Amino acid sequence: MASEQYSASDIVTHHLEHWRVGEGMWAVNLDTIFFSMLCGVVMVFLLWLGARKASSGVPSKMQNFVELLIEFADNSVKATFHGPRDFMAPLALTIFLWVLFWNFLDLVPIDWIPLLAKTVFGLESLKIVPSADVNATFGLSISVLMLIIYYGIKGKGVLGFGKELMTHPFGANPLLVPFNLILNLVEMIAKPISLAMRLFGNLFAAELIFILISLLPFWILWAPDIVWALFHLLVVPLQAFLFMTLTIIYISLAYEDQH
Amino acid sequence: MEISPLTLIAQGAGFFAFIYATMKLVWPPLTQAMAEREQRISEGLAVAERSAHEKELAKSKAVETIREARQQSQDIIRQAEKRAAEIVEQAKQQGRQEGERQLTAARSEIEQEVNRARAQLRAQVADLAVAGAANILKREIDSDAHQQMIDELVKQI
Repeated sequence: MASEQYSASDIVTHHLEHWRVGEGMWAVNLDTIFFSMLCGVVMVFLLWLGARKASSGVPSKMQNFVELLIEFADNSVKATFHGPRDFMAPLALTIFLWVLFWNFLDLVPIDWIPLLAKTVFGLESLKIVPSADVNATFGLSISVLMLIIYYGIKGKGVLGFGKELMTHPFGANPLLVPFNLILNLVEMIAKPISLAMRLFGNLFAAELIFILISLLPFWILWAPDIVWALFHLLVVPLQAFLFMTLTIIYISLAYEDQH
Repeated sequence: MEISPLTLIAQGAGFFAFIYATMKLVWPPLTQAMAEREQRISEGLAVAERSAHEKELAKSKAVETIREARQQSQDIIRQAEKRAAEIVEQAKQQGRQEGERQLTAARSEIEQEVNRARAQLRAQVADLAVAGAANILKREIDSDAHQQMIDELVKQI
């Protein structure tokens, strides 16, 4: 096995390195971008397969399944968000499915695709799980932050949104404005950070454990691998669902008056 | 775990692109199909309910019709029985009258016959008696003297 030539820490670090092009500020994690976009394209393609021949009669199995997903997203949004759902429901479904696909990549045995990439394309390092890259999770959560601000302004108007930032939660006293503002800004920034770090932390840790399991001798490796994979099967949809639900809640909070 | 701004931006752009694709490609046809199906199902249910109601109505109407028909047929049968009884009664009466009429005719004929026979007999008996008496009493008895006695005898027959 590889562990005879490399030390354990070499292998671990190797598995945690990205396929990275460029230097410093301009560096790009091509593996994250490639695999997340691949996930997204596959996702949209599958959804499109169901929508392609949409009929109001007896639906095909694929259409039925996609309808199920649409109703799931629509109901999830309806439960907390009381504005128009033309954008919100597709947003919720996109988040859920995209993150779900990302997370599922974690169940692909850890060596397969990097090994393939190395032998076929000569790539030294490759990480295929986008959600184990902070850039992917933050890319998503910062977009969500932008949507939070957009929906805050849309729901309350520029003045209403600004007023809430300055007068909530302590009151409209001018002396309290800085405190309100600081508190609200912290709260606002905490949202994307917690969203991104929760997803990243879960998936990164899970991947790390898969890497550590892969260091075990091959004759026992399968046992902890199966146990962890089964457990991980719970984490995969849970984290996707959490990301979606929290996004809906955050946007609803910004959009609607809570007082 | 290094932050790469370009990766972040690419991820964000991809995110919005996928939302857009989902919103434009997937949502409209399916939500429309689902709304149409909902409409069709509710219409179908309404039709089913209405036809069930109509069936119930038709059923009670049929029961009513059958009841009326039965009533009518019973009336007809009763009338027919009555009519038949009348006809039989009439026929009996006619028969009786005819019988009586024939009986009367026969009686009167018999009477006439009897009368005629009696008249003939009376005529013949008178002659016979006269002839017999003439034979028996040839010599002594005068036919004129005993004529009255013989007439009386003839009357008694």
